[in-house]
Amino acid sequence: MRNGLLEFVLDGDAAAGNGALSTAAGPRFAWAADGRARTLQRTWLDTFDWRLYRAGLTLEQVSSRGRTELTLTGRDGAVLASAQLPPLQRDGSGRSRWPSLLNALPAGPLTEQLEPVVGVRALAPVARAVSRISNQRVLNGDDKTVARVATDTMSVTFPAAAAVQPRLSVWPLRGYQAQATRLNQLLAAAPGVAESSQSALEAALAAAGRRAGDYSGKIDVRLTAAMPAGDAMAAVLTALLDTLAANVSGTVRDVDTEFLHDLRVAVRRTRSALKLAGDGLPPGLARRFAPEFRWLGALTTPTRDLDVYLLDYPAMAAGLVAATPQELQPFRDYLVRQRAGARRELTRGLRSARFARLTGQWREALAGVPGARGRRLSAARLAATQIARAHQRVISAGGTITDTSPAQHLHDLRKRCKELRYLLEIFGSLYDPAELWQAVRELKDLQNCLGEFQDSEVQRAEIRTFAAQMMTQRMAPAPTLLAMGEIAAGLALRQRRARTQFGDRFRAFASPASQAKIRALTGAAAS
Amino acid sequence: MKVFATYNIKGGVGKTSAAVNLAYLAARDGYRVLLWDLDPQGAATFLLRVRPRVKGGGKALIKGTRPLDDAIKATDFDNLDLLPADFTYRNLDLMLDSAKRPTRRLGSLLAPLRAEYDVIFLDCPPSISLLSESVLRAADMLLVPVIPTTLSVNTLDQLTGFLVGLDGHRPGVLAFFSMTDQRKRLHREISQQLPADRSDFAATAIPALSVIEQMSVHRAPVTASAPGSVAARRYRELWQEARERSGLSPAPG
Repeated sequence: MRNGLLEFVLDGDAAAGNGALSTAAGPRFAWAADGRARTLQRTWLDTFDWRLYRAGLTLEQVSSRGRTELTLTGRDGAVLASAQLPPLQRDGSGRSRWPSLLNALPAGPLTEQLEPVVGVRALAPVARAVSRISNQRVLNGDDKTVARVATDTMSVTFPAAAAVQPRLSVWPLRGYQAQATRLNQLLAAAPGVAESSQSALEAALAAAGRRAGDYSGKIDVRLTAAMPAGDAMAAVLTALLDTLAANVSGTVRDVDTEFLHDLRVAVRRTRSALKLAGDGLPPGLARRFAPEFRWLGALTTPTRDLDVYLLDYPAMAAGLVAATPQELQPFRDYLVRQRAGARRELTRGLRSARFARLTGQWREALAGVPGARGRRLSAARLAATQIARAHQRVISAGGTITDTSPAQHLHDLRKRCKELRYLLEIFGSLYDPAELWQAVRELKDLQNCLGEFQDSEVQRAEIRTFAAQMMTQRMAPAPTLLAMGEIAAGLALRQRRARTQFGDRFRAFASPASQAKIRALTGAAAS
Repeated sequence: MKVFATYNIKGGVGKTSAAVNLAYLAARDGYRVLLWDLDPQGAATFLLRVRPRVKGGGKALIKGTRPLDDAIKATDFDNLDLLPADFTYRNLDLMLDSAKRPTRRLGSLLAPLRAEYDVIFLDCPPSISLLSESVLRAADMLLVPVIPTTLSVNTLDQLTGFLVGLDGHRPGVLAFFSMTDQRKRLHREISQQLPADRSDFAATAIPALSVIEQMSVHRAPVTASAPGSVAARRYRELWQEARERSGLSPAPG
């Protein structure tokens, strides 16, 4: 039941809804038609990684009789916020086009509620349907309405054309919950009527052969400790390839910056897996593909670096003390121009025969791994060995860092941390989630500190390069350069702060208790 | 949130008809509206087809052992809820008398509903009592139906005189002629003269029409059951005046 609303599915057509209602109402209730039937054009929206669905939220655009409204509902079906969208003009302008970033929607309570969940992701249709809704009022002995019943005959048009079993919803009226409960009981017992366990969106997706929440940037593979290491690696790498492939279209179309981010993470995880756990694969496989994935990673870097700059830009501009955001604007224009160029390179690469060959051959090679001859090693053993090695590498590299160590040493340590983290993610399904979380906690803190240090270092170096390029291209008025100088100073401060935190973070990570957690984690699964 | 109270010391002057119709019109405009039928006779409750019963009676509401929220019933009309009458409301004066700060009690009971409703109508029983004083304190605007007779106008003067003597918050007053009969010379003269002389009178008058009396047969506001009727038109005009004079902000959405 959602917000006191109970939904049923009907075996027959919409007329069966009236029949069921008539039977269920019996002598206790009367029922009457409530207005004329309406046709609704429905579009459900979510981010590519289902952030709304995972947060228990549903965002639906409904168009009917010239009005278009966006409504956000919670898990219990309660309306949290809504906004009317301007009507669609003849030339196609006026109404929000999907996919759309939040800043393209009318500002108000709806976008305020969406922002913390959706973040930088675009909203795009996950399902579309046409619903024919007819309403009935259920009346008591005084001819007073005690509940409203809507019969919804829905045809899904996207992601695939499909018919959905008619749905019947009972809306209790305030102060008449007991009567609605009784009506629900009568309906549940009526022939051809069954209580629905799905929301309208879930029903529409199921009819079209899709499942809500079917994409996640996380590695969603269930490994078992005893399975051959090669099979485990192939399963993980295939999942990473699926993630990579799923994000290509959104990256090429530039829907939002997270497509490229997820694509890059899939590439980095793949590269780490090949480097650190390639032993689990048939001989030569890792060596054959590693250079191509290095190429792919490098292809994505310039655009992502500029994305990070542009995502941070509002905060950077807002944080200016001496300069004004207007003075910094040419820098933003420059970043946007640079990004356009970087994206052209990226898109060319993702559309190239080289990329198609890489992904095609990689998938084929992975499909041949299960059953191939190689080292007889279990997944748990491979994981334990590689995680222990990676862990030791972090401890060793971190232990040599002093207050005077060059930035490069911290950068190298960050890479080692990432490798360890990826291994823990790749083999994560072998371990108890609570223990894994405990083991990763200090590593995460250390990574955050190193990330802050390194990103500030890189951005500071880049801002100098950008300034030089802007001057060459006559795009840098003096006030803009001064504003950029202020940004660089801010980055230096951030970097210094991160550097002072490093000692504590590393000591926490390298503490005997923290090390014991990693050993216990891998030891238990490998034994 | 704005609180309107249909109020008159006299009975049978069209308070309930006005409350039900204006509440319906406000709801139709998109405001979230609650009508509280404070009259133990329960006429507004009857017109909206709700049973005149509140669990625990008026005592539970006044004492706060049962929140108003719990007793509210949806009507057949979108955005219009009703807090029904209960026969125990005949003793509301006594109940208020034993409450702390009785003249402010109604206002404090309504306060939690501020987030839920844009407009509240209080349909008051005819009297001048502790309950009336609590209503006067809680209301932003009194809607006072007046039959165009000398005695009725005198009663209005009594009320406005009483308001002048009130300390602190005083509601605005919008009087309007009700049950006017243009065949009667006195009605014609008074209803033409007074709105011109007094600023607290609405330009709209509600005529005595059988379609309004028939509300008790149809059990629905005349503005809903006969929207094309003269009566419905007059109530719409009256609502327009009340809305403008009260400074009610436009309906959300």
